[in-house]
Amino acid sequence: MTFRRRDVLLTFVLLTAMALALADLSARRPDPWLMLSQMAQGLMAPDFTDLPGLFRATGLTLAFAFCGVGLGAAAGLLLAPFYHLRVVRYLCVSIRAVHELFWALLLLNLTGFSPLTGVLAIGLPYTGIFAKVFSEYLDESDPTAEAILPPGLSGLTTLLWVRIPQCLPQMRTYTLYRLECGLRSSAVLGFIGLPTLGYHLETAFRQAHYGQAAAVLAIFLALILPIRRWMIWRLVPLFLVASGVVLALVTSPPMGDGAYGRFLADILPSPIRTEMAWSDWLYRLFIEQAWPGSVDTLVLSQIALAGAAALAALAFPAIVPAVATRFGAFIGHAILVILRSIPEFMLAFIFVQVFGPSMLPAILALALHNGAIIAHLLGRQASGLTLRPDAPRGLTLWAWELFPRIGGNFWALCLYRWEIILRESAIMGLLGIGTLGYYIQSNVQQLRLDRVVALLLVSILLTLLIDRISRTLRTRMRWGSHLRIEAHRGDRQT
Amino acid sequence: MQSPLASFERESLGWNDAAVLTDLTLRIDAGERVALLGRSGSGKSTLLDALRQRMTGERIALVPQQHGLVDPLSVFHNVWMGQLDQSGTLTNLRTLLWPLARERAAVDVVLDRTGLSDMGRRNVTTLSGGQRQRVALGRALLRGGAVVLADEPVSALDPAQGDALLADLASQFATAVLALHDVGQALSFATRIIGLRAGQIVIDAPADDLDTAALMDLYR
Repeated sequence: MTFRRRDVLLTFVLLTAMALALADLSARRPDPWLMLSQMAQGLMAPDFTDLPGLFRATGLTLAFAFCGVGLGAAAGLLLAPFYHLRVVRYLCVSIRAVHELFWALLLLNLTGFSPLTGVLAIGLPYTGIFAKVFSEYLDESDPTAEAILPPGLSGLTTLLWVRIPQCLPQMRTYTLYRLECGLRSSAVLGFIGLPTLGYHLETAFRQAHYGQAAAVLAIFLALILPIRRWMIWRLVPLFLVASGVVLALVTSPPMGDGAYGRFLADILPSPIRTEMAWSDWLYRLFIEQAWPGSVDTLVLSQIALAGAAALAALAFPAIVPAVATRFGAFIGHAILVILRSIPEFMLAFIFVQVFGPSMLPAILALALHNGAIIAHLLGRQASGLTLRPDAPRGLTLWAWELFPRIGGNFWALCLYRWEIILRESAIMGLLGIGTLGYYIQSNVQQLRLDRVVALLLVSILLTLLIDRISRTLRTRMRWGSHLRIEAHRGDRQT
Repeated sequence: MQSPLASFERESLGWNDAAVLTDLTLRIDAGERVALLGRSGSGKSTLLDALRQRMTGERIALVPQQHGLVDPLSVFHNVWMGQLDQSGTLTNLRTLLWPLARERAAVDVVLDRTGLSDMGRRNVTTLSGGQRQRVALGRALLRGGAVVLADEPVSALDPAQGDALLADLASQFATAVLALHDVGQALSFATRIIGLRAGQIVIDAPADDLDTAALMDLYR
């Protein structure tokens, strides 16, 4: 069965309209302009006076990213050959459906503010992602090389001599892309108290030191924008060892004795451990928390997805020289890359300072960040199209040539980002918006770990549901069937 | 009468359900040098693949049309690939990471024979099409064995080099079945020539009984 494009789009528009009706889009701050002008002043005069502190936070941001991504890549590579086993696949799907910040919130109860929390918070979900992507690479490796091998070789020899070497270029490209994501995750972990750049950003904002906040942002961009220049593969062992040393030097308050046992006991539903009635527990958990949290998460992600799609469709020509001219394409490129490089949570945090806590800042942040990613990928593709010499220019070119030709990939990319936007929407609750993250964080603060785990399971189920719908739509609509989105970043984009 | 290396009795061969070769009757004996001729799509590759599956128990060296090289590895590794079954997994892992001098020397001998002297440490992505083909031939030569099955093994080489390497294959392997596209090379290399057209064997005769004109009919 195939769906008609018109019906799918109509459903999407209707769902977005419903979501807009349900959403709280108020700007609660009385005067956003005052705040914006203060921020602009800070941006004009970045304040680097706390140089030792900034230096330390930068080093730790890098160290968490390196160790976390390294752990994820190594474990993912080990799991990839077994990914066809159902146990491994479900394990990987579950650990990657939980956002890095949620992992960190959970692990804080187990490993406290020790560096291990940060490394595992990045490494665990990345293991699931790496295992999936690496297993896809292995499956797609050229079969002729395997066919010439002598018969009767052990599976390990085949894997090490033929299958993995063939995938190395893609694996490198992908790992580099993941390192960029890891840097973003690492910075964002600062918002829940780990000593990375995000921690400094939050502190600077809370104290209204916008110059310091601008300095943190500048350092973060200086780190992430030239990543393809400074990331030299021969130096990776050195980077990893240095990161390990830096993290080993971090001191953290010790967890009391028996933290592990307590953690394991606390994640059991409280009716098992205490006198609490099951009906009471279920009501509080599902009716008072999981339901409104899920509704808000879905509402937020729907509007954000629509915003990202609209933005991407309109903005991608900004980096196509045939539309925007060479100079315009350069400017467009710079704007999209910066929006893509700043984590959506960081953007949302900044927007919350301007507009106050409502869905508006989260929608803006998610739409801008994800829209920029999609627009960037589409724009690169559109720049590579061979156009006939007498092709129209400007908007006519966009409407008649560019968009029709890359339309399939556009929809595929939007559907692909849907799951990611949902995960991020859940996280936005940590900023005081009523999505699942809000309830998860308040339960963490009250040490109700059983509810934390239950709500995490709800968020996993939501992610799986969206993933299933997105996958079905992509195959039914035959959108971008040859598209490899995550792998083909940067130079390998086709 | 000796038992054949491979035989087919009124069989249909193909990929999935689509038959490429229909009603095939054929036997290949040890010691034969067979050339398969025919236009592209006539079933040469399918027949080679079927022969490979029939000849269980023989040590076979393969030269597939697509070469089957592992691009990120060096020439040495791609040639050594042919005899991985001579060692255990751990030894193979060691060779992958740390080839010994004698292993390099064994490969160098083969590289000299294929005209790739001193290129063992080169990455195969840096090679030309003809050089890649010679790496694939080198892999088969290092592997050795009773039979070589090759699909257009010298298509990217100039005629003189191609003739020399075909002679090399003929001297190393007792039995050879090669898909070729050069009629002259087939006549000088093979003892027996099989001509295919649209999934049928239309010529099967000793090379001495055939001439270029008869074989060119296959391509009309």
